[in-house]
Amino acid sequence: MVRSYFLLAWTWTRAAMAYPASFALTTVLGLFVAGTDVAVILIIFANTTSLAGFSREETLFLYGTANLAFCLCDLFVSNVDRISQHIKAGTFDTMLIRPVSAWIQLATDRFLPTRAGRVLQAAIVLGYAISALDLGSGRLWMVPVMIATGVVIFGALWTLAGALQFVLTDAPEVTNAFTYGSGQLTQYPLAIYGRDLVRGVTYALPLAFINWQPALYVLDRDDPFGTPGFMRFLGPVAALVLALLAGSAWRLGIRHYRSTGS
Amino acid sequence: MAARASFIALRIAGRKADNSWLPSADPRAGPGTVRHRAITLRRCKTIPLYARLVRYGFRKHATYVWAAVAGAFTNSVFGILRAYILIALWQARPGLAGYDVTQAVTFCFITQALIGPMQLFGTGLAIPERIRSGDIALDLVRPASLLLWSLSEDLGRACYLFLVRGIPPMLLGAALFGVTHPAGPGQWLAFLVSFLAGMVASFGWRYLVSLSVCWLIDERGVGAFSLVLTILFSGMLLPLSLFPGLLGELARALPWAAMVQAPTDLYLGKAPVLETLAFQGCWAAALLAAGALGTRAIRHKVVIQGG
Repeated sequence: MVRSYFLLAWTWTRAAMAYPASFALTTVLGLFVAGTDVAVILIIFANTTSLAGFSREETLFLYGTANLAFCLCDLFVSNVDRISQHIKAGTFDTMLIRPVSAWIQLATDRFLPTRAGRVLQAAIVLGYAISALDLGSGRLWMVPVMIATGVVIFGALWTLAGALQFVLTDAPEVTNAFTYGSGQLTQYPLAIYGRDLVRGVTYALPLAFINWQPALYVLDRDDPFGTPGFMRFLGPVAALVLALLAGSAWRLGIRHYRSTGS
Repeated sequence: MAARASFIALRIAGRKADNSWLPSADPRAGPGTVRHRAITLRRCKTIPLYARLVRYGFRKHATYVWAAVAGAFTNSVFGILRAYILIALWQARPGLAGYDVTQAVTFCFITQALIGPMQLFGTGLAIPERIRSGDIALDLVRPASLLLWSLSEDLGRACYLFLVRGIPPMLLGAALFGVTHPAGPGQWLAFLVSFLAGMVASFGWRYLVSLSVCWLIDERGVGAFSLVLTILFSGMLLPLSLFPGLLGELARALPWAAMVQAPTDLYLGKAPVLETLAFQGCWAAALLAAGALGTRAIRHKVVIQGG
């Protein structure tokens, strides 16, 4: 399974490398496009020293962790949401009869290695934030754990978005609000959002476990919404539950898929 | 008697006016030739043609209702998220940039509403694809200007997206957070004129980006470059008055400010009306003029292969 994923991804990479100048340019420009989000954070903190009680470096830490996970998923999984185009064009039928899982074929469909530029950008911001915050090494073990959790949660969200498109073939952009919206939501401390919204993204759609809850542990801070301390470590559990849900939704979608036939 | 009066009227109407100095409606004829019929308002086919193109642009996009509704939904969700960020900022710094919290929230939802009509992401024009496929040769030999043709279609598109993708985020913002609205009809009028000028400026910029395909073949590089500039300098992410120092002054003078920041400021009544409209008008005229030069340049560049 992993082998076929990388084989397919490598095929698309070679296709993209056929135009080296365009490849390099797109990578660099991807870096700049992603950089606009950092520019916004920097401009906000040029006008204030703290946003809902969080400093610039703490916000950049939250941005870096969420965005690193998001960009990794954007690179490796996000193509799943192109499924509605394949359903409409009828090419999804071909994918179903090939000896590789449809999910893997879709995740690698038009795999764009140039998105690695954004991963690099997120990693640079995270590295800067960690060094500027001067965090105690005792709690840093949480950083890789939270990034892995984030990758699983975002991957599950994209799979759910793909599964939804079996129903929403006409308006696939609706799911962007959940996938890219989640990416945007987790870039800032959840303390700035309304209490009901934060409850929703903690207990209904577990976005708070991507970076907010574990980051409170790493930064050694209390939750302004007063959640108990053990919730800082529930991330992997939440990710697992969401991944299982997304997996069954995906299977349900495929089982009920009816080709247009012609 | 009545019959005689109408006969006289016919004679008078039939009397040939001396308009041989006017240009001819038929491009194959000229003044002084037999087929010369001077262009008068009645014979001028240009204005109805472009009006019809505006309508077709509107109808073309009205076909994809669900895509527009989905866009409105996404714009609204992002509007809510951004509104919280601005609220947090204005709680830390009340009265920043001369806005109060409600005005900052209004700013956020107007900018989200303008994403569709001003087409802030991507060019939204068919020109790059038509240049690559060679269809542009057909567009260039049409007896209508490519620039005005595309502009008319684009205005139709923008009007439709203003209704479908512009109004829902505003209503949602009003329901969830409360937004302000212009004080009187004068301010509404200023906003609408400014909105129109912004649409023309936005079209002018996207037209230039699209034409660049003729030289660069692949528009993705220029497209991404344009995306960064538009997102950052239009005021879509943050009010341009928050940009520090020289960067702020530069951002407020660049053409992207005419697309989002200027109409929003006039909606909120935060900028002098005439100066802002003049600023937008200058950029719209400059970009359209550059577009006209660009059209001339590609006209010289296009080679039509026979066959």
